[in-house]
Amino acid sequence: MKDTLTRLKYWYQRASAAGAEYYNAPYRAAIARAKRDEDDLFMLLVFGEMMGIPNPASWYTLELQPLLLERFHDWHKRMGMERSPLDNMRCC
Amino acid sequence: MSAILLLVLGLGGMALGYFLYSRFIAKVIYKVDENFRTPANEFEDGVDFVPTNKFVLWGHHFTSVAGAAPIVGPAIAVIWGWLPAFLWVTIGTIFFAGVHDFGAIWASVRNKAKSIGTLTGEVVGTRARSIFTIVIFLVLLMVNAVFGVVIARLLINNPGSVVPVWGAIAVALVIGQLIYRGKMSLPLVSLVGVVALYFLIYIGPSVPVSLPEQVGGLSDNAAWILILFGYAAIASLLPVWVLLQPRDYINGLQLFVGLIALYAAVLIGNPTVVAPMINQDVPAGTPSMIPLLFVTIACGAISGFHGLVASGTTSKQLRREPDARFVGYFGATGEGALALAAIIAATAGFASLADWQAVYTSFGQGGVLAFVNGGATILSQGTGLDAEVAGTMLTVMAALFAGTTMDTGLRLQRYIFQEWGEIYNVKWMSKAAPATLLSVGTCLLLAFGAGGADGSGGLLIWPLFGTSNQLLAGLTLLVVTVMLVRRGTPTIYTVVPLIFLLVMTLYALLIQLKGFYTKGDWFLLTLDLVVLVAAILVSLECIASLRRLKQERQQSGAS
Repeated sequence: MKDTLTRLKYWYQRASAAGAEYYNAPYRAAIARAKRDEDDLFMLLVFGEMMGIPNPASWYTLELQPLLLERFHDWHKRMGMERSPLDNMRCC
Repeated sequence: MSAILLLVLGLGGMALGYFLYSRFIAKVIYKVDENFRTPANEFEDGVDFVPTNKFVLWGHHFTSVAGAAPIVGPAIAVIWGWLPAFLWVTIGTIFFAGVHDFGAIWASVRNKAKSIGTLTGEVVGTRARSIFTIVIFLVLLMVNAVFGVVIARLLINNPGSVVPVWGAIAVALVIGQLIYRGKMSLPLVSLVGVVALYFLIYIGPSVPVSLPEQVGGLSDNAAWILILFGYAAIASLLPVWVLLQPRDYINGLQLFVGLIALYAAVLIGNPTVVAPMINQDVPAGTPSMIPLLFVTIACGAISGFHGLVASGTTSKQLRREPDARFVGYFGATGEGALALAAIIAATAGFASLADWQAVYTSFGQGGVLAFVNGGATILSQGTGLDAEVAGTMLTVMAALFAGTTMDTGLRLQRYIFQEWGEIYNVKWMSKAAPATLLSVGTCLLLAFGAGGADGSGGLLIWPLFGTSNQLLAGLTLLVVTVMLVRRGTPTIYTVVPLIFLLVMTLYALLIQLKGFYTKGDWFLLTLDLVVLVAAILVSLECIASLRRLKQERQQSGAS
């Protein structure tokens, strides 16, 4: 019985892996590229901030707030802060 | 004539083709090498080049190339009787399509996984590449305009399918979120998605939706076409993971389920083929079978579109070179199996010959509706499913295919406009939104310009799609042939399909040219001329490059 269960679990994992590959294969490149673009933008922002270069995007950042809010919330929770640490950025 | 016999002969032939002929092609002609390092391994970057499991890659390749064309083409072509369509699909798949698709992957893999367009430029010449870009643009334009009309007609003729067709988009949006944000297990989400889709198909007939006959002064057909293009424009601008990816995935699962159900129903119900073997009594205005049969059935037999997918994405993910046989040749076989199902549905799904003739009253009339109606009868007789639900199931299958091809096509057309914007330094054209508007605009111009207020201009140019698509296939075969000549391996297996395709395409174009001239249809006449000039240029390029190669070989032999 235990053997059967282990085997079933193994086959389920195999099916899951094959399914994920089938799901992703046609769009793998587009998604990887989008992620890379996002990382590049992040790099630009962080690097600019560290070097004291005025951020050209900051004027428009408020427009991104609805998109970023959820991720910001997840971030401060992960960092162990119950509430948002920024006074002017309240998400919860 | 029993449909089972047709099924067994067709599938049996294709199976023999795969197990014997493709093995021969792989060993003797393409000489695939187990030790050859494929571009997926050589340039592996986790983005474009990723070695992929061959079964997964087959699934991706097959569902990418399977659009509405393997259904529409054969279902129209049975107007000449079932035998010509059956023979062309079976023989075409074994000796033409399999060799072509396999060859396209092989040629690309042997050249750093470059696309067939770039390869044409390198192997044949820059002139051939310019022709290639024009033909690709025309093919995309036609696919988008045609599929808009096909889906609109399906939705009007089967109001029960409106809810599942649009509901499938909602299902895709939800499963996309569940997978990406919810991080739910994929087999579970797939199951939920498929069950939700079939639940929609089940309830669809009880909540039929029809547009009023006049919507703001437009016919319902025209209104649906506008709605569909609006949808496709939005879908092509959304990030892929939001809609396209889950939609294609659920669509692929649906294709497998639908095809298995249809074949099982034929085996259980054993329907009789009522259509004549060769139709002597074709409706007035039906064009001559030769050469139109070969350009009407495009994707069911050989299609140039397959070469674009094979060299575009498939070749970058091929783990081992011998896998090209399974992915390419067997991918073409899958397409042939879909075309065979369309032939059986459009010839055996009717109660009598008179019923069949009532549908096939003029050329282009049968088409996808005959597939849906005939297939629904077969499904309901074989499996006991309610006829209306079976009809909705097949309509949804055809409409979803046309839909996914349409929004991918629109996306590709947008890329071409953006590329032109960058090449010619037209800033506004290189941005996504204006380029999308331009793509939709050109498609609508074709739909409403050639078809009038009804918007069905797309269907009028369907035979032109066949010819331009065959031209693309011809170019791919030319690239493969030139490579074979350079390697000194026998070329007859690619040259014969190449010559056959070019002769039939040129012949069909000339016949159509005469028809458009007699009718005074200047728009189609111009389009026909563009494709005709391209076809002649391709033929000349073929002769020139093969002759050049022969001379080179003779010179190197002499020295």
